[in-house]
Amino acid sequence: MLIEVRFHGRGGQGVVTAADFLAVAGFKEGYYTLSFPTFGAEKRGTPVASFLRISDEPVVVRDEVYTPDYVVVLDPSVFESVNVVSGLKQNGMLIANYPKGSEDLKMDLKIKGKVLTVNATKLAMKILGRPITNTAMVGALVGATGILKLETLKETVEELFEGSLAEKNKQLIEEAYNYMRGMCR
Amino acid sequence: MMKVVRGFYSVAHAVKLCKPNVICAYPITPQTEIVENLAEMYANGELENCRYITAESEFAAASILVGASATGARTFTATCSQGLILMSEVLFNAAGMRLPIVIANPNRAISAPLSIWNDLQDSMALRDAGIIQLYVENNQEAHDAIPQAYKIAEDQRVLLPFMVCMDGFKLTHAYEPIDLLDQSVVDNFLPPFKPKAYMTTKKPLAFGCYAPPHVYMEFRVAMQNAMDRAKDLMEKVFREWTEVSGRNWGGHLEVIYPDSKLFVVAMGSIVGLLRKVVEDLRREGINLGLVKLRTFRPFPVEELRSYLGDAEKIIVLDRSISLGYEGNLSIELKSALYGFSAEIISMILGLGGRDLSKEFLENLIRNAIAGKEASGFKGAKDFEEVIP
Repeated sequence: MLIEVRFHGRGGQGVVTAADFLAVAGFKEGYYTLSFPTFGAEKRGTPVASFLRISDEPVVVRDEVYTPDYVVVLDPSVFESVNVVSGLKQNGMLIANYPKGSEDLKMDLKIKGKVLTVNATKLAMKILGRPITNTAMVGALVGATGILKLETLKETVEELFEGSLAEKNKQLIEEAYNYMRGMCR
Repeated sequence: MMKVVRGFYSVAHAVKLCKPNVICAYPITPQTEIVENLAEMYANGELENCRYITAESEFAAASILVGASATGARTFTATCSQGLILMSEVLFNAAGMRLPIVIANPNRAISAPLSIWNDLQDSMALRDAGIIQLYVENNQEAHDAIPQAYKIAEDQRVLLPFMVCMDGFKLTHAYEPIDLLDQSVVDNFLPPFKPKAYMTTKKPLAFGCYAPPHVYMEFRVAMQNAMDRAKDLMEKVFREWTEVSGRNWGGHLEVIYPDSKLFVVAMGSIVGLLRKVVEDLRREGINLGLVKLRTFRPFPVEELRSYLGDAEKIIVLDRSISLGYEGNLSIELKSALYGFSAEIISMILGLGGRDLSKEFLENLIRNAIAGKEASGFKGAKDFEEVIP
C-alpha cells in the first residue's frame, strides 16, 4: 500500500505542517511515512505545496508527488494560479477548503472526478479565531478518506501543540472530520 | 528509538552523541537547522564539555575549528554552497594540518545565479582538498554516518577532515521515521579523540607552517598515503557499524544486481528513486544493475573496476558539472575504468534543485540503453542564448 497526498495553500498557512502532522500520525499507526515541502518560497502569501507518502513499506522515493491519490487545498484562492488537480489519479479525490459545495467547485474548475469541500476558513475562525486551516484540512482529509483514525490525530495534536491551542485544534479536527464523514454518508 | 524527525535533527542528534568539544558554524540554507538544533541542545545543557561558538562568517567558523582541533578538541561544523566555498581556503589548510574536523554538507547549488536548491556542485569544488567525502542516500544513513566519520577521521592512520554530504532540502527538510541511536551505542563504538600531537599553553606547537621545496612534497605524499589508508579503514568501520547498528549501508559502493551488463551509477538521495526505476526496467526485460557510490574521496577505483569491468554500458547520473568538460562523476569513472571497454554515457541533470520524476528517469535510461540518448544535459529547456 502506498498513499500519496499533495497539499496546496499559501506560505504561512501551515501547508508544510499539515503534511508533517500526518507523517507523525501515520507512523503512530505503524506506517512508514515521508513528508517534505516544495522549497524556497518561505514567504507569506506565495503559493506553496507539500507532499506526503504513507506506506506499509519503507518509503525510498523522494521525488515530488506527480500522481497523487488525494489533493488537499487549504486556501481557495490558489485555484486561480495553480492547477491543483494536475496528475490526480482517476479514482483519486480533491478535498478542498471552499466556501461553496463540491458540485460548485467542480463547475468552477471545470473538472470531473471526486471532489469534497468544507468551509475550513469558517470553522477555523469559529474555533481558533484565525484563518489557519491546516489542522481542519487534516481532519477533513482523514474524514473523507479514512486513511487514519481520528483518535490518532488527537494524540498527534497533543504531541505537537500545547495547552488551549491543543484543545482548540482537537476540536477543529474533530468538527472537520465529522463534517466529511457526514458528506460521505 | 524510532521517531519521526526532520533530516536536520537526525544529524544534530548523532553529533550530540559523539560528544563534540567545539561546535562552530555560520547559518546558511539548507544547513541552518542542523546547528540550530545543536545550539538548542547546548543552551539546554545537553552538550557536556562542549563550547558552541557563533562566528561572523564561514571563513571564521572554519578558522576557529582549526585552532580548536589543533588543541585536540573534537570539532563539528555544518555548511554548504557559498559557505563551503568561503571555508575552502581554511579547509585545505585543515587537511594539510591533518585536523579531523567533521563537516555536514547539505549539498546546494553554487551561485551565480543564486540558488538555494540542491545539486552536488559545492562539495565537488572541494574534491582536491584532502577531505574525505561520503554521500548518503537518506536521513538514517546521514545519522549513522556521523559517528563513523569521527572514528575514521580521528584515526591516527588517517587524520583528515571528513565531509558527510547529504542532499539539501530533499533530505534536510524531510520528516520521516529515524532510528535515533542510544548514547551507549556510540560510546562503545567511538573512542575519545587522542591525537599524538596537539597544542597546549604548556607545550606550544606550530601547525602548517612554512615548508620549503625540500620538504613540502613529502607532506603531500603523506596526505595521499593517509587517503589510501582511509580507504581500507573505512571498509572496516563500515562493517563494524553493521555489527553495532544492524544496518548495512554497503562499503564504498552498494551494487544492486552485480551480474548485469548495463549499469546506472549515481550518488545521494536520487538512489532511492533509482531502486524503483531499476526494478521496473528489469520487469521490462532490461538487464540493468545499479551502483550507489558512497565514498567519493578516497575514490574506490579497485571496487569500481571489479564490479564494472565487464559492463557493456554505464549510464552516469551527474548532478554537477566541471564546466568546460563534463559531469564530475563521469570524469572520475572514466578515469577509473580506463582500459575497459564499457561505453560510458554522462547525463547531467537535476541541477539547482530541478526535480527528477520516475517517468523522466525511466525514459532517459530506457532510451540510453537503446542507443537513442547521448551524453549531455538532460531535462534542460530549449532556449535562445542571449548571453555571449
